[in-house]
Formats: sequence, C-alpha cells, structure tokens
Amino acid sequence: MPRLTVNDRPVEFDMDPQTPLLWALRDAANLTGTKYGCGEGDCGACTVLVDGSALRSCLITLAECEGRFVVTIEGLSSDRSHPVQQAMVAEQAIQCGFCTPGIVINGAALLARNSNPSEAEIRQAIPNLCRCGVYPRLVRAIQRAAAVARREETISAAPAPGITREDAARAVPAMTPEPDPAPEPVPTGQ
Amino acid sequence: MNAPFEISRRSFLSASLLAGAVLSFQARLALAGDGATGGEDETVLNAFVRINPDNSVIIGAKNPEIGQGVKTMLPMLIAEELDVDWDQVHIEQTLADDKLYGRQSAGGSRSTPVNWLPMRQTGAAARQMLVTAAAAQWGVAPASVTTAKGMVHHEPSGRSATYASLAEAASAIEPPALDTVPLKPDDSFRIIGTSRRGVDTPAILQGKPLFGIDTELPGMVYAAIEACPVFLGTIGSFDDAAVKAIKGVIAVVPINSGILPKGKFDTLAIVADSWWTAQQARSQLKVEWDLGDLKQFSTEAYAAQADAALEGAPQGDILKKGDVEAGLAGAVKTVSARYDYPFLAHCTLEPQNCTGLFEDGALTLWAPSQSPGSGRRQVSDILDLPQDAITIHMTRIGGGFGRRLMADYMVQVAQIARAVPGKPVKMIYARADDVRHDYYRPAGWHALTAGLDKDGRLVALRDHFVSFGADGQPIRAAEMEETEFPAQLLPDVHFGVSYLATNLPTGWLRAPTSNAMAFVFQSFLDELAEAAGVDLPTFVLGLLGEDRLLPAVGRAPQFNTGRARAVIEEVCKFAGWDGKRPTGASGKGRGFGFYFSHAGYFAEVLDVAVSEAGDIVVEKVHVVGDIGSHVINPINAESQVQGSVLDGLAQSMIGQKIDQSEGAIVQENFDSFPLLRIETAPREVVVKFVTSPYPPTGLGEPALPPVIPALTNAIYAATGKRVRSLPISLDNAVA
Repeated sequence: MPRLTVNDRPVEFDMDPQTPLLWALRDAANLTGTKYGCGEGDCGACTVLVDGSALRSCLITLAECEGRFVVTIEGLSSDRSHPVQQAMVAEQAIQCGFCTPGIVINGAALLARNSNPSEAEIRQAIPNLCRCGVYPRLVRAIQRAAAVARREETISAAPAPGITREDAARAVPAMTPEPDPAPEPVPTGQ
Repeated sequence: MNAPFEISRRSFLSASLLAGAVLSFQARLALAGDGATGGEDETVLNAFVRINPDNSVIIGAKNPEIGQGVKTMLPMLIAEELDVDWDQVHIEQTLADDKLYGRQSAGGSRSTPVNWLPMRQTGAAARQMLVTAAAAQWGVAPASVTTAKGMVHHEPSGRSATYASLAEAASAIEPPALDTVPLKPDDSFRIIGTSRRGVDTPAILQGKPLFGIDTELPGMVYAAIEACPVFLGTIGSFDDAAVKAIKGVIAVVPINSGILPKGKFDTLAIVADSWWTAQQARSQLKVEWDLGDLKQFSTEAYAAQADAALEGAPQGDILKKGDVEAGLAGAVKTVSARYDYPFLAHCTLEPQNCTGLFEDGALTLWAPSQSPGSGRRQVSDILDLPQDAITIHMTRIGGGFGRRLMADYMVQVAQIARAVPGKPVKMIYARADDVRHDYYRPAGWHALTAGLDKDGRLVALRDHFVSFGADGQPIRAAEMEETEFPAQLLPDVHFGVSYLATNLPTGWLRAPTSNAMAFVFQSFLDELAEAAGVDLPTFVLGLLGEDRLLPAVGRAPQFNTGRARAVIEEVCKFAGWDGKRPTGASGKGRGFGFYFSHAGYFAEVLDVAVSEAGDIVVEKVHVVGDIGSHVINPINAESQVQGSVLDGLAQSMIGQKIDQSEGAIVQENFDSFPLLRIETAPREVVVKFVTSPYPPTGLGEPALPPVIPALTNAIYAATGKRVRSLPISLDNAVA
C-alpha cells in the first residue's frame, strides 16, 4: 500500500497503487479541493505540490508518490493566509472558482522559487485553464501576492475565517447590544 | 418600470418568532405574468431573512450560483433595504423548491430584472416592521425613527436598539403590503453600487467542498458512464461479465441518458467503490450499439446539405417585409456574402456530475444544476416518482454557460441511485464524455444580400438562414428572430429559413442565438459600411436614426435606439475611435461591434495585431454597456463583462468547433476543443457602464455577442481579409 505524507499527515492508501493521486485524494482522503477537469494534465485544476513542485495529480500514480510530501489547497495554509490566497481574494480573480485551487498551487510554487516574477514569467508558470476568463485579473493578483511575500505590501482583504464574535463586533457596532457610538467601523475591504 | 416583473398586490411579508428569539421574515411574492411560473399569479415564498439574537442576519440565496455572482448580488438587494451592514450578513443557500421559491434558474440573464424590485421590497418591508416596533416601544412617531447598520435610532431622545432586541415586538406587527413600502432613494444606497466580493470566495480559496463534484457522503459509491457514442442510438446487447469481475465494481446499470423515449436505454453506468475504478472498468465492457441509419449524420454532410439549401429557395419565411427584390433591384450598390459558424460544446471546467441517494421510495439529489426545477420534473417522469418525493440540494457550480440548464445528469444519476438503493452514488462524466455528450450550440449558415442607395444608405436586406430543425420548426437554440438587427429599421427585408435534420441534441450556450447572429450581421454590416464609404459606428448610427422605441415582436423585446446610440457614441469616445476606415494591411487594426441582447446594450472596440505568420493577438478591448439604472455589484459586473469578452474570443479565435463523423462527435478533450489560455487572452479588457432610467438587467450574456464581430472587423482592418466563417482561420478568410 502506498505511503506518503499529505498536508503534514502520514497516510497509507488502501488502493490500487496505479490509481492517480487525484482520485486517491478526492475519493479516499476526502480532499476534494483538488479538482478533476480533464484527466490529461492539460487544464491544471488538479495541481498539487509534490516535494515542493507543482504537479498535475491526474498524471501521477499513488505508487509514484511513495514517500513523497504532498500539499493540497487544503494544506497550503491553515487560515487562508498564503499570499496567493490573500491576493486572489483582494483582486477577486475568481468567478466560478473551480480552477482556483490549481491556480493558487501553481502561483505558490512560482513565488517559492521567484519572489518577483515578471508578467511573462507569471503567464508561463500558470498555464491553467480558466473557463470563466479571470485572466485579466490573474497577473495582477500574482504580482500582488509576490509583493506580499516580499513583505512590501499587506492585504487586509476579508476577515480571516473563524473570526470571533467579539472581534467582529469591534468592526460592526450593531453586533453588540450596546455599541460604542464613537469609532466608525474599520473598512474591511469586503 | 419593467412591467412583466412588477409584483402584484397579493405579495406580502410574514414575520414570526422562531425558537431562540430568532426573528424570521418570509416574503411571499406573486410575480404577475412571469412566463416561467406558468403565466399565472402564483404565490410563492421568494425570499427569507432571519435576524439572530446576536443581531447577525441570515439571508437565503435561492438561485443557482454558477460563478455569475447571484449568491452575493440578490442578498445585497435585501440587505440594502433592510439597512444592515454587509458584514452582519450571512448567506444560506436554499434548497431547490419551486413551490417555495418560484423560478430558481440561472439563465437568460434574468435573475437581476426578475428580482430587482421584489428583493428590495422584502428588505424594506422587514425594516419598516422593525421601525414600527421600536416607535411603539418608545412612544414616538415612526417617522422620527431612523435605521443604520442593523440598528434603530431615535435621535431626539438618543435611544437606540438593535434589530435583534426588537424581534418579539416586530413579529407582532401587521406586515405591510410589499408594493406599498417606500424604497430607499438611490442617493442613500450603502450596498447597491458598491463592490462586494463573492460570499463563497474564502471557502473556494481553502478548497472547501462546495461544488457538485465535491459531494462526499458516508458509504458513497461512484459511477462512470459508457454512453452510446452516437446520439439516439440504443444498447443492442452488452456483456458485463469482465467488468463485474473487477475488484471494487458494484453494479452495471443500463440507463436512459434523457434524450430517448422512456423505456429505451442508451447508456451503461458502472458503479464502483472509487470513480477511477469505475472509469477504468469501462475498457472491459462489451457493448453492441443499435445505430440504425444514424451514421449518416456528419459535419461534411451538413455542409453539403446547407450549400444545396442555399442554392434553392428557403423552406419558410421568418420575416417578409416590403418588397426586397424591388428594393435590391433599385439599389445603386448591392453586396452579397455567405457566413457560417459551427456547432459548439460548453465545456464547463467542472464536468457534468450529480450525486443521488434513493432510499425508502424517496430520492435526494445534490445537483449542480442551473435549472433544478426542470430537472425535478424530468426525474419524476423517468422514475415515476412524485415530485415531492425528490429533494434537491443546490451545490455551487463550476461553470454553467447554459450547459446545466439541461438535466441529463440528474436523470441519469436518479436511475443509477434507484439501482443501488441506500447507497449515495456520485456520477461523474469523464472529460471526453462531457465533450461528446453535450447539448450543442447549433451550427448555421447565412446567404446575405443587401442594397445601398445613392447616399450609401442600407435600403434592402435579404438573408437565407440555414440551421437545424424539423417540421418547419427550429430545434432548441436554432431560432432566428424577425427583429434581427437592423431588420426593424429597413423598408424591404426578407429573412428566409431552411432546416436540416440532425441527431445532435442542441442547447443554449451563453448568449444563445446572439453569439452567432452578432457575428454574422455585425460583420456583414461592416462590409456594407465599407461599400458606403464610412466606418461601422457611423453606419450603425445612421441606421438607428432618431431616438425611439422599436416595438417588441414575439419573443423579441422592445429596442431603444437611444440607448443603442448612447453606448456606441460612448465606446467611440472611450476608445478614441477616429472614424477612419483602415488604409491597408498594416498588421494592426481596430474593429467595432454593437449588439443588443438579453436586455443589455453593448458596443465594443477591439485592437488586434496579426503577424505575418497569421498569429492573432488581441491587444485591448474597450467595452461600453447599458444595463439600466444601477450596476449592483461593480467588481462582479466587471468580471462578468471581462469573462463574456474572453468567452466570445474563445468561441471565435482559438479553433473551437464540434465536428461529427459517422454520427458521433469527433472532439474529446481540451487538445481538440481548446479553451482560451492566459497567453491568448487580451492583456486588457476595459469596461465602462452608461446608466439609463430603466430597471437594471443581467450581465451573464449581453457583453459576449459584439466582441466576435469586433474581432473579425479588426482582422479585416489589419489584414484586408474578411472572416466569414468561424472558427477564424486566416487561410479561409477572403482577401
């Protein structure tokens, strides 16, 4: 049985070792963030990090992943704080969102090796198919993500998930029974 | 205002106090004369709002979310009039239930016009009840009470209360009739007209299971399908012994894909413990298909039949107005050209899929459907199951484009689920199945002739349109309207039509019919403008004449020539269009296109560079649109327009076409049916809206059609070659 590390957890798959990693992740590990789009390595929706490289999980078998370290969109950050995730929100480079996980993984792999990619390098590194057409926003999103990764910019896009009621109440007076009338709510960018 | 969608006086709000001090509002909206609800005044619950004890607000999202942003936009309308802060609002996807929510469909760019008033009235009526409750508690006049961000204030006394604290009192107030409730004046909008990111965006970026294909249930099994490669073919015989011997395979189930009469079968579903196992097992399946004479259908045969049809007289008339033969005979100049375009697939990035669980005589579906109500009816019919025994969960949808207005995947998984009762089953099309078992945009051919008078004015227009149909009627999405621009502006017009037979199921592809007609007519008009010695915007403005309303005819709506003129003039300013015709094959060119469809007026200017090798690079697209008085969510509106423009370019310039050989579809995946890639996408698509005093309309479609002729006209400006056939091939273009 193939054994590998998925999102920092050791996993042994009770599956045919020739099963593509994509279907092992989706059907056995319940990690459905990695998407099936074409099954031929063309669309990029199934892209995951394998030992840090962005690979199409529909083209690699479980057997080939033996002993390797796989990161999926679910494991990229615990709180959506990866610069690419933040920038994709800020630039709203998302329509239906089906291609998004693969794009984010490719973007993350790009920034890991090149913290200041040119437009051409971004276009080359992210050949993912987006049927809805977010491309005009995508280059800008990745460039912003790079700036965040270089600590040149911070993004306050959306409140982080799991925000406490108390924290939310500080931004939205109406959420408390007796609001503080003085300060104006802080724009969240939402 | 927009009469068809005004709500009747029977519409009302009800309020109740739920357990845990939750104030619940339910709006019953009678949509008068909305054809989708059967043309009768049906009273349906069309919206719900709940105010929780912590003053957070839950708003139900009732329409399918396909990436168009409706799950964010409709609740924005309620939140605006309820006068709560957007950060207080949580959105809850409702079930599909047309008895409760009326038409739950994502199609025709209709969600905005249908819901613009009712959603606002719902929010405003709920707010009014809270204000009335507070005023009564404080013993002050309701008119002296104001609201903001989910709170009620009485400034003279300095009193304030949260909406939640008024829950019990408000639930006892007599709800107002919805059509009597005053709405906010535009200048006090705090949410409408401001950019709000998609409510699912954070979850999408974490890879949360939102989409239909992500549905996972305990004990789930998976299905792959082997469908007859030739539409309307049936299963003659099959041998599944080898398949059933494979470890993990659970069942092989003959089903009806939904295009055959009930009781016939054209698809075998393989059910297994993983989708990969089921998919791999297909190779072990032996099937004899009964194809009859269906192999006769092919792309080549259609082309030959269309040519033959165009040589003869049309089978019928779409429009015969004035005397086109006399008009053409009297013309100083005539221009003739033939145009054609292919069948197209939708290729949503999320392949067709559906999950079903059949248990105790009832069926539950998790369906990425743009039209779950019609799916329910079809499933009910094929299973002989009452409609109320079918529960439909609406999932997020990885792209619609019209593909998921059809319900084949629901019909299929329903039959599979019934064969493995008690087990949730997820059926997924492999990509090749998705490309080869679509409901295609029908191909079409046009033979056009037009006459210009001595002043270069268009006076007569003749078209012979050939597409697909039977018994003198077009098949789905092969219609042509008699109002096709510029027919209403001319004295002598003849639109004739001939229909060919096909076995392909056809369907609505984003901007259906318009995506083809805009290419044909706006490209041909560019040829006429050239013959008249002017540029296309000047030529179209000349045709439009005085600002006025052209009447609605049949299914075609009114056409406002003033709104058309305004977007054309604005895009010319926006893009710096200089009004000159191109002077030679410089390799660079600009093209213009205008189209009115799905209630939106759009004019676009496109800059192209064509290399000597024939590579086409779209450098920039300027878009100006008029969708009425408000752009509800600007960031999403821009996305929709950019996406529409890119979709139109994909339909025309990267080789998209569906071919048929011996009855079956030739293309299988993105290598043969390409999608637009980032390197082919225009670097810039700039968008501007002009507003007009009409209720806002939808944006899923109307920005798409004009970009195709803007591109072909730009290519002509750059190369001197007329593109009269899609997909664009400069080898076939006419110099």
